[in-house]
Amino acid sequence: METLLSLTPLVPLFPLLAFLAIVLVLNPNKRLSAAVAIGAVGLSWLLGWAIFFSSIGAGLGEQPFVVELPWMPTGRRLFVMSVMLDPLGAIMLFMVPFVALLIFIYSVGYHNLGQPNVEPRFSRFFAYISLFAAGMLALVVSGNMLLFFIAWEIMGLCSYLLIGFWFYKPSAANAAKKAFLTTRVGDVLLFVGLVLLYSFTGSLNLYEVLSPENIEFMKESSISVAGLFTLPALPTIALLIFGGAVGKSAQFPLHVWLPDAMEGPTPVSAMIHAATMVAAGVFLVARMLPLFEPIEGSWWLGVVALIGAFTAVFAASIAVAQNDIKRVLAYSTISQLGYMIAALGIGGFIAGVFHMLTHAFFKALLFLGSGSVIHGMEHGVHHVEEHGHGEGHGHVDPQDMWNMGNLRRHMPTTFWTYVVGAFALAGVPLVTAGFWSKDEILAEAFEKWTHKGVVSIPFVVWLLLTVGAALTAFYMGRQLGLVFGGRERTEAARHAHESPRSMTVPLMILALFAIGFGWVNIPKNVPLVGNGWLYTFLAETHINVLHEPYEKVPFVFSVAAFSSILALGGLALGWWLYRDVTGDATVSPFERDPVARAFARIPLVGRPLWLLLENKYYVDEIYGVLVVRPVLALSAFLNSFDDRWIIDPLVDGVGKAARGLSAVGRWIDTYIVDGIVNYIGYILDELARGLRLIQTGRLPNYLAILVAGVLALVGLMLR
Amino acid sequence: MSSVPLSWYLIVAALLFSIGAYGALARRNAIGILMGIELMLNAVNINLVAFWRYIEVTGLAGQLFAVIVITVAAAEAAVALALILAIYRTRDTVNVEEIDLLKW
Repeated sequence: METLLSLTPLVPLFPLLAFLAIVLVLNPNKRLSAAVAIGAVGLSWLLGWAIFFSSIGAGLGEQPFVVELPWMPTGRRLFVMSVMLDPLGAIMLFMVPFVALLIFIYSVGYHNLGQPNVEPRFSRFFAYISLFAAGMLALVVSGNMLLFFIAWEIMGLCSYLLIGFWFYKPSAANAAKKAFLTTRVGDVLLFVGLVLLYSFTGSLNLYEVLSPENIEFMKESSISVAGLFTLPALPTIALLIFGGAVGKSAQFPLHVWLPDAMEGPTPVSAMIHAATMVAAGVFLVARMLPLFEPIEGSWWLGVVALIGAFTAVFAASIAVAQNDIKRVLAYSTISQLGYMIAALGIGGFIAGVFHMLTHAFFKALLFLGSGSVIHGMEHGVHHVEEHGHGEGHGHVDPQDMWNMGNLRRHMPTTFWTYVVGAFALAGVPLVTAGFWSKDEILAEAFEKWTHKGVVSIPFVVWLLLTVGAALTAFYMGRQLGLVFGGRERTEAARHAHESPRSMTVPLMILALFAIGFGWVNIPKNVPLVGNGWLYTFLAETHINVLHEPYEKVPFVFSVAAFSSILALGGLALGWWLYRDVTGDATVSPFERDPVARAFARIPLVGRPLWLLLENKYYVDEIYGVLVVRPVLALSAFLNSFDDRWIIDPLVDGVGKAARGLSAVGRWIDTYIVDGIVNYIGYILDELARGLRLIQTGRLPNYLAILVAGVLALVGLMLR
Repeated sequence: MSSVPLSWYLIVAALLFSIGAYGALARRNAIGILMGIELMLNAVNINLVAFWRYIEVTGLAGQLFAVIVITVAAAEAAVALALILAIYRTRDTVNVEEIDLLKW
C-alpha cells in the first residue's frame, strides 16, 4: 500500500519523459512517437488507477501522503517541491490519465496515421499533448503552491501550442494568442494571490498555508495597497485565487478564449474541455477549499456562486443559437463549468468535484464524437470535391451542423455514443452520470435556499441553474436533431462514413463511463442503489481540511423530478423541432431555424435578440473595442513615438555623433600618431645617411682608429 | 741572472710593440700588416713571461697565457694568410689601400 503510494511522483513523470524523448530523439518516426506517448500515458494510467484503488480506505484524508524534495535554497529559506496525495488528488488520478489515454489513442486515427493524408507534424502533436498531460498530472499531485503554479503554467503554454497547432491558419494563430492572453489575466491574479498567501503565512505547503490558524490570522489582517488604502486580507486573496480559476475554467468575463480554442485539432479540444485545462480551475478552487469555506460573513463566496450561476445560463443561452458543432459544445463546457463553480460557491464541495469528474467523461465523449463527425464529414467533402457531383455549393464547412443531417445512418457508432454523451450532459434521469452530479448541485442549492428563504444567493443560483439545465437539454436535443436526425442536407453528408476503430473504441469506452461513473455517488437515501461512495471518500478530505464534517444534502425527489422533466422535455423539444428542418448553411437563420423564426415573430426586439445570442452577446466585439483596439492604438502610438520622435532619432543621433568622433579620430591618427612615427623614422634615416660615411672600408683607417682608441683608453687608465 | 732587471725586458717589449704597431699602421702591404700584428703579439708574450719570472714564479698563469697567445697567433696567421691569398687571387693585389670592399 505504502509502496504504491510512494510511486505517486512518477505519475506525471512518464508523459514528461515521453515529451522529452519525442522532442529530442524520436520525432522523425511518427509511429514510434505515438507509441511512446501512448505508452507513457498508459503507464501513468495504470499507476494512477493502482494508486487510486490502493488509496481507498487508506486514510489519506486524515494523513495525506507527502513527499518533499528540497529544491532551491535561497538565503534563509528553502524552497521545497512536494508531491501530495489526498482523496481529492486520488480521484483526479482516476479520471485524468484515463481520459487522456483515450484521447491519445483517438488522436492516432484522427491524424490519419498510416494514410497518405497523415498530419505532417504528427510527432510534434504527441509531444505537446504529452507535456499537457504531464502538466495536469503534476497539478493534481502537487503538494505546494510552487509546483502547482509551474504545472498550471505548463498547461497554459501547452494550450497555446496546441490551439495554435495549425498556426498557418490565421484563425488558429489568433485563437492561440487569445487563449494565452486571456488565461494570462487570470494567471496574474492567481500569482498575486499565491504571493500574498506566501507573504502572510511564510509557507508554500498547501496544507500548512490553509491551516485554520493561518486562515484565522488572515481573517484579521489587511493588505495595504501602495499605502493608499487597505483591503481585508482573506477576501482579497480568495478572490485573486478565484480569478485564476475564472481564467482557466473560462468563467464570465474571461470565458472568451474557450470557444475559439476549438481551432486546434479536436483531440486537443477534448483534452482542454474535459481532462485538463478547464478542470484545473475547478480543481484549484476545490484545493483551496478553506478560502472558500461558507462561514459567517464570507461574502466572496456569493461572488463565486453568482459568477458560476450566471456563466451557466449565459453560456447555455449562447449555445442555443450556434451553428458550429464544436462551438455548441464549447459553450456547453463553459456552462457546465459554471455549475461546478456555483456548487463550490454555495459550499457544495463534493457536488462540484463530482460534476467535474462526470463532466470530464461525457464532455470528452462529446468532443471526440464531434471530432468523429467532422472527420466523417471531411471525407464526404473530399469525396464530393473529387467526383464533382453536388453541383456548385462552393466549399462545404464540415463543422457546420446545417450541412449535416441523418448521420445516424452513416456513422452509427458515433451516433449511439453521441446520444449517450448528450443524454449525460442533459441529465436524463436515473441512468446517466450527468443526472446524478447535476442533481446534486441543484439539490444543494435547493436545500440551502429552503433554509435561507427566497431572497438569498442559493435561490438565485438554483433558479439560474435550473433554467440552464432546461437550456442545456434543449440545445443538445437541437444538436442531435441537426446532426443525426432527418434527411441529409448536403451531398457531403450523404458521403460521410464511419471513423476508424482507433476513434470509435475510445468513444465506446467513454460512453460506458458517461453512464456508469454517476453510480459511484448516488445519494444514500435513494432506495436500492444509493451508496454515496464518492461522498464518503471525499468527505475525509473535507473533515481534515476544514475540521468539520461535510453536511451531506440528501436526495430531494421533487428537485430531481423537476429537473428530469426539464431534461427530457428539452431534449424531446430540441429533437422534435430540428429533426426535419430544411436548408443548409447557406440559408439565413430566420428561414431555416424554427427557434429563430419564433424569435422573429416577436415585434421589434425578436430579431436583434436572436442576433445577440448568435453573436455571443457581442462580448468579443465589446472586448475588441474596450481592450484590443486601445492596446493596438497604444502600440501604434508607441511605434510612431519610437520611429519618429524619440528612439529612432536617438539612435540616429548616436550614429551621427559616432561618425563625427571617428572623423576627428581619423585626423588625429593620420596627422599626429602617424606623423610622430614617420618623423622619428625620418630623423633616423637622415642620421644614418650621415653616419655611414665613417665606414670607409679601408683597413688602415680602422686600424688607426683602433690604435687611437686603445691609446686613449691607456691614457685614461694611466691618468 | 738577477743582474738583468725587469724594466729592461719591459723596454724591449715596448719597443717591439711600437715597431709592430708602426708596421701595422704604416705598411700598405697586407702581409706587412700581418707581420706587424705578430710582432705586437710577441711583445705581449715577452711581457707575460717577464712578469711571470719576476713576480709570480710559483704560478703557471704567465707561462700558460704565453702558450695560448702563441697558439692563437698561429691560428690567426693561418686564417689571415688564407684571406690574403683569396683576395690576391680575385683582385690581383695585396695593397690594403685598394681593398675597400667593406665600404658603405
